[in-house]
Amino acid sequence: MATDKQTDIPPISARGILTQFGPNIIHENLDFDIKRGEIVGLVGGSGSGKSVLMNTLLGLKEPEGGALRYFGKARADLSDDEEMRLKNEMGVLFQGGALFSSLTVRQNVMVPLIEHHDMSQDLMRELADMKIHMVGLPPESAILYPSDLSGGMKKRAGLARSLALDPQILFLDEPTAGLDPIGAHAFDTLILKLREAMDLTVLMVTHDLDSLYAICDRVAVLVDKHIAVYDKLDVVAEYDHPWVREYFGGPRSRAAMATPGQKTNKKGAAPKHAATGL
Amino acid sequence: MLSKPATYDVSLQGSGLVVKAFGRWTIETVASVFDALESDYDALRYETVEFHLSGVEELDTAGAYLLTKAVRVDNVCKTWRLIDGTRGQQTLLSVAADCQMGDPPRRKHQWRETLERLGRATVRFWDELYATIAFIGQFSVMFLGVILRPHRLRLKSIVALMEEIGLDAAPIVAVLSFAIGAVIAYMGANLLGSLGFSVFMVDLVGFAMLRELAVVITAILIAGRSASAFTAQIGAMKMRQEIDAMTVMGLDTFETLVIPRAIACLLTLPILTFLAMMSGILGGLIVAWVTPVQISPILFLSRLQEMVGMQHFWVGMVKAPFFALVIAIIGCRQGLAVTGSVDSLGARVTTSVVQAIFAVIFIDALFAILFFQMGV
Repeated sequence: MATDKQTDIPPISARGILTQFGPNIIHENLDFDIKRGEIVGLVGGSGSGKSVLMNTLLGLKEPEGGALRYFGKARADLSDDEEMRLKNEMGVLFQGGALFSSLTVRQNVMVPLIEHHDMSQDLMRELADMKIHMVGLPPESAILYPSDLSGGMKKRAGLARSLALDPQILFLDEPTAGLDPIGAHAFDTLILKLREAMDLTVLMVTHDLDSLYAICDRVAVLVDKHIAVYDKLDVVAEYDHPWVREYFGGPRSRAAMATPGQKTNKKGAAPKHAATGL
Repeated sequence: MLSKPATYDVSLQGSGLVVKAFGRWTIETVASVFDALESDYDALRYETVEFHLSGVEELDTAGAYLLTKAVRVDNVCKTWRLIDGTRGQQTLLSVAADCQMGDPPRRKHQWRETLERLGRATVRFWDELYATIAFIGQFSVMFLGVILRPHRLRLKSIVALMEEIGLDAAPIVAVLSFAIGAVIAYMGANLLGSLGFSVFMVDLVGFAMLRELAVVITAILIAGRSASAFTAQIGAMKMRQEIDAMTVMGLDTFETLVIPRAIACLLTLPILTFLAMMSGILGGLIVAWVTPVQISPILFLSRLQEMVGMQHFWVGMVKAPFFALVIAIIGCRQGLAVTGSVDSLGARVTTSVVQAIFAVIFIDALFAILFFQMGV
């Protein structure tokens, strides 16, 4: 996959996706492309199938119809080897972090390294520590167990694990849900920095309007079983659909949009203590 | 995929270290140069570092981490810079350069840990015993309270649990005790037949099934089946804070979770025991009939009635409620003792089954002594 790095082929491209559970159709004729280096926000009402779409893109769920292409290659055509390599190119941060509770943070980050690479324990430990540092966790957290971590730290630890193999595509499921505004903002900044450092393409499912405004290059809206509109945020916000208008026209959205000045101020201050790693 | 290995060239210019790197510096390739590069860095004395990365085809965090090892050494390197590299490489290197290592993993001492574990296990044993006895006390108080105010009984959940504990387990209990009854009859046919007393196998089957085997087998089965289920159900509720939610809403966990399980066990275990007794005797009866001993069912039953008194049935039956309570109490207590982690759930389920089976056999032994002294 690494050889595709310089090309303009979209890392993920979905065409005509059909997903259904029994008679219940979740997605129909859904098209979705993510460009290299983009941060894409995916929004939609509860039950609109955002998580299902993410699982489909991750390969956790086989769609009932349509085609998925990764780096220009159809998923169905991938050999076992290529599929494994593709999996290593994708990192996921699940909502609760999904850390293995019987392992320390460092061991959690080491799991993908142990599975996929042949290297000394020392090097693996150091690489894991680097990732832990990069996501802004203090060094002493390496030997802690997930049960000792706060919600925000768990998300960071989960992020460190998802970055262990230097993926090209990062999936984030509600990364800022359950974080306080300072923590959420720091997390947003972290994602931006990591994208710059690691050349990531990011897809995040989020409801956090602040993060949508702060870091997303494009926003895709999943309504009526397909991506209704997929563009820059200001274009999306003007889109003529009752749900979209209510979503972006609500008081919370206007508040998030109205205070860009305050945001830039916060941006200068927050990362110092929050994202110390970068 | 073609992969050019990572190669490098380290040289010293004055007090400056010049690092030239070529090829792919990614997680797949760097392991091969890890030791060599580290010792090269250690061998040289330098104050500044220059990186020449124009020959690098690909760089990821692992590669950057390795290259910047020279920079991270304490009190050696003062400044570093990147000569002819891309912006991405610059960012990666600077991220890697101020990376800090985490605390080393806790050291392990084999002997000390063995002793420590032994000590912990001993303390835990007493704690467990104490907690179980305390739980039994708490349970008794709550149980009496509910019995005195029967409108607080949760009939619906009791009936549902009775189905789960009793009805669903009935087939396996019946089949198992049938098999055990048959095995005992075979043993009797063999041993007693050689002495010419093969008709005594009826007594053997009757005594064994009624007094001991039916009730113990049923209790052990239910301990494995339901104690573990109680622990897992209550434990998962605890993990997902459902128990906390109930407490806050003013629902008593004992009243809603523990008492219904205890009552359901209390009501179903005697029935299952009875089923086991009947099915065990049926097993013996069939074996006695089809083997060369050829005791007809009518003879079997009349001898059973004649030789095996009713008190033996009650000796078995009277133990069932005790086993039932112990199984329910242990299962629920272990469930409530689950903490946040997945490990603790697994450990508690194991403990609950082990403790429940242990308790069943231990109590059975106590009863055996008691009945012996009473001469029943």
